[in-house]
Amino acid sequence: MSDVSDPPKEPFRLSQLIYDTRYRSMTIQVVALALIVALFSWLVSNTVTNLSALGKDFNFDFLGQRANYDINQMLIEYSNESTHGRAALVGILNTLLVAFLGCALATVIGVTAGVLRLSKNWVVARLMTIYVEGFRNVPLLIWILVVFAVMTEATPQPRDFRPGGSASMLLGDTVAITNRGIFVPMPVWGAGSAALVAVFILSLIGMFVFRRMAHKKQEATGQILPVFWVSLTLFFVPTVLAYFVLGRPVTLDYPELGGFNFKGGLQIRNSLTALWIALSLYTGAFIAEVVRSGIMSVSKGQTEAAFALGLRPNRTMRLVILPQALRVIIPPLISQYLNLTKNSSLAIAVGYMDVRATLGGITINQTGRELEGILLMAAFYLALSLAISGVMNIYNTSIKLKER
Amino acid sequence: MSETHASAVSYMRDTMLPPSPPPAGETGAIRWLRENLFPSWLNAVLTVLSLLVVYWVLSHILPWFVNGIWVAGSLSECREIRDATLGPDASAACFAVITDRWRQLLFGFYPSELYWRPALALVLFLSAVAPILFNRLPRKMLWFTAVAPFAMLWLLWGGAIWGALSVAAGFVIGYAAFVLIGRPLGTLAGALAAIIAPVVWWIFAASAAAGMMQSLVPISIQEVGSKDFGGFMLSFIIGISGIILSLPLGVLLALGRQSDLLIINKTSVAFIEIIRGVPLIVWLITASLLLNYFLPPNANLDLLLRVIIMVTLFASAYMAEVIRGGLAAVPRGQYEAADALGLDYWKSMRLIILPQAMKISIPGIVNTFIGLFKDTTLVVFIGLFDPIGLASAIRASTDWNGIYWELFIFVGLLFFVCCFSMSRYSIYLERKLQTGHK
Repeated sequence: MSDVSDPPKEPFRLSQLIYDTRYRSMTIQVVALALIVALFSWLVSNTVTNLSALGKDFNFDFLGQRANYDINQMLIEYSNESTHGRAALVGILNTLLVAFLGCALATVIGVTAGVLRLSKNWVVARLMTIYVEGFRNVPLLIWILVVFAVMTEATPQPRDFRPGGSASMLLGDTVAITNRGIFVPMPVWGAGSAALVAVFILSLIGMFVFRRMAHKKQEATGQILPVFWVSLTLFFVPTVLAYFVLGRPVTLDYPELGGFNFKGGLQIRNSLTALWIALSLYTGAFIAEVVRSGIMSVSKGQTEAAFALGLRPNRTMRLVILPQALRVIIPPLISQYLNLTKNSSLAIAVGYMDVRATLGGITINQTGRELEGILLMAAFYLALSLAISGVMNIYNTSIKLKER
Repeated sequence: MSETHASAVSYMRDTMLPPSPPPAGETGAIRWLRENLFPSWLNAVLTVLSLLVVYWVLSHILPWFVNGIWVAGSLSECREIRDATLGPDASAACFAVITDRWRQLLFGFYPSELYWRPALALVLFLSAVAPILFNRLPRKMLWFTAVAPFAMLWLLWGGAIWGALSVAAGFVIGYAAFVLIGRPLGTLAGALAAIIAPVVWWIFAASAAAGMMQSLVPISIQEVGSKDFGGFMLSFIIGISGIILSLPLGVLLALGRQSDLLIINKTSVAFIEIIRGVPLIVWLITASLLLNYFLPPNANLDLLLRVIIMVTLFASAYMAEVIRGGLAAVPRGQYEAADALGLDYWKSMRLIILPQAMKISIPGIVNTFIGLFKDTTLVVFIGLFDPIGLASAIRASTDWNGIYWELFIFVGLLFFVCCFSMSRYSIYLERKLQTGHK
């Protein structure tokens, strides 16, 4: 008897595409898609027209051609007879080098400044405020130029290092700071140094395994092993022993003054040092703020509760405060690393040969392949950024509060 | 008992003792010193060390600064004056370069008899943003704010007044289309018309209309080309237009990224990630070398305009991320309450969600503004004369060859003043809008 019938079907009307919420989102998307496709085809057709008017085509053959230019700072073999592709690779490695060095130094500076800015010491806190505000509110480019000017104008010339000159080398005559760069001893890897490196890596692995073991044992039995001292021993003793057993395979080549310049050793150019220091100081100011807000975000009750449980101050810091503060600190910290990496493209201001200067500068000028060169460069930076933010996302999910 | 007690106590004070002052070590300057400078040995060492650093820095910089020479025609003249008055080895700054060249640092190569125009444009800008920044000012001033951009456009580039007016007419046409078509056909059609009508006007009719009006009623002032723009004027123009244009674009992108509509969502995400993943300097090179490839062969956009477009797109991607954070922080219940009231998407966004989201994201928005303003210095790499480019140009001239610090200090100080006041304003705004209980 209870005959359930479908509601009477209304015939579909065209106006439903606009007024009916069931169909409207489809309409909007189709319109948006059409607009986007139209925009892209317009851009592409313009590009094709413009390229053919200039008599250019779109290919990446130039990467295999001879580069014909020199690069003064390189991590891999390169000469002006190498290809443009290899020049781009040298640039990429230089970008990664300064980004890595910068991230490391900026973290040290930023954490120190952030902690000191919270200090009760009036003078120190004020000084750190001046540092942070000064660097955050002035363009990075100015800081790079200022640091570079300090490195080249305020340092002695190599000839001042002659006997009787006004300058002298530091650290027992091993390091020379000159206006042509900083000269430091260079390790020379002799026969058997591979074994030495292997021993060092093995001892690092041993250290890691021991820490895991100690942690497991503490979880299981409550017994605390002396992790710090064992780690320290593992870090130094096997490598030092191996160094002497293998007959000192690694020696140092010291810089020496010869003629008008230093010879031997490793020359770190002022362009790299200036860029490195300026990037680190600038990003350090931002990291200081990140660290400060992270520490301030942990409520005072946490410290008091830890003390009430009888934890000593350093354990309170390590087991209660830091894990909570790091949850707040690390995501913005990683995006500061990302900013530093992207800002390293300002290397052009001091003539440091990063990927922007090789692939995006000289190669483009020499071959006239702007489109291809800029696409490759953008792809490199994009891949780097996506990789770093991928790491950040993994971290974010791993520390997410497990809510039930 | 009480009597014996009274006799046993020989003396009993019947007035209160006056409170004695705290010990000398616990008051005034000494206490402040003990608490703030020397609370522990480690802190004492830190204090002494940092005071030494401050002394060392000041002892080098102060004499140089105080001895500064303000009037001279060249660096060698500066040195002669120093040798004559202070002796050859004295350290003295040569601020004469700033008194000599400050006009160039501020205005670039803008014709000197027309300096009043950018100055007036700046005054216009400041009075136009005043009602936005401080809501105690009368709301009627917002009409002036709407007119000011076009007046500034006309003042800076000059030429016929009809050019700026025809640009403004596009917005009027857009609004008219929204009202005329939106009323009978619904908001969606109205919005589409409001986008299409002005674009059609600007591309096909605006310049013709401006030319016709100019031939009928010629009102014009001297025209100044973009290549003469430079110095802080250039930084301000790029920075301010970027700020004004990137905020609405950033809001739209953030809404797009939150949207349930798949295509709009994915497009927004791709746009934001690609723009943010690549450094600004690469985008600027794209603007200077590639943008002409992407546009029709006869379109020859001014380099300054291309840079403004790129900087705007760049800043809007960052802005979108900041506002997305704000949108995510608005409690879910607010969205549901807006739906329950029967508001449509745009009304619920405009009246309920965005005001709260924007309030949360104020610090981030202002930080993006500051970053954008600082990043305007990067245009030096594509051949525009921003303050840093002009500083190098001044250094390259024979008169001022070899001068570094004075120029850096001047340029850096001006940037510092602008950025620092922006960040102070954001703190003021945060406090003012704080509605929660503390």
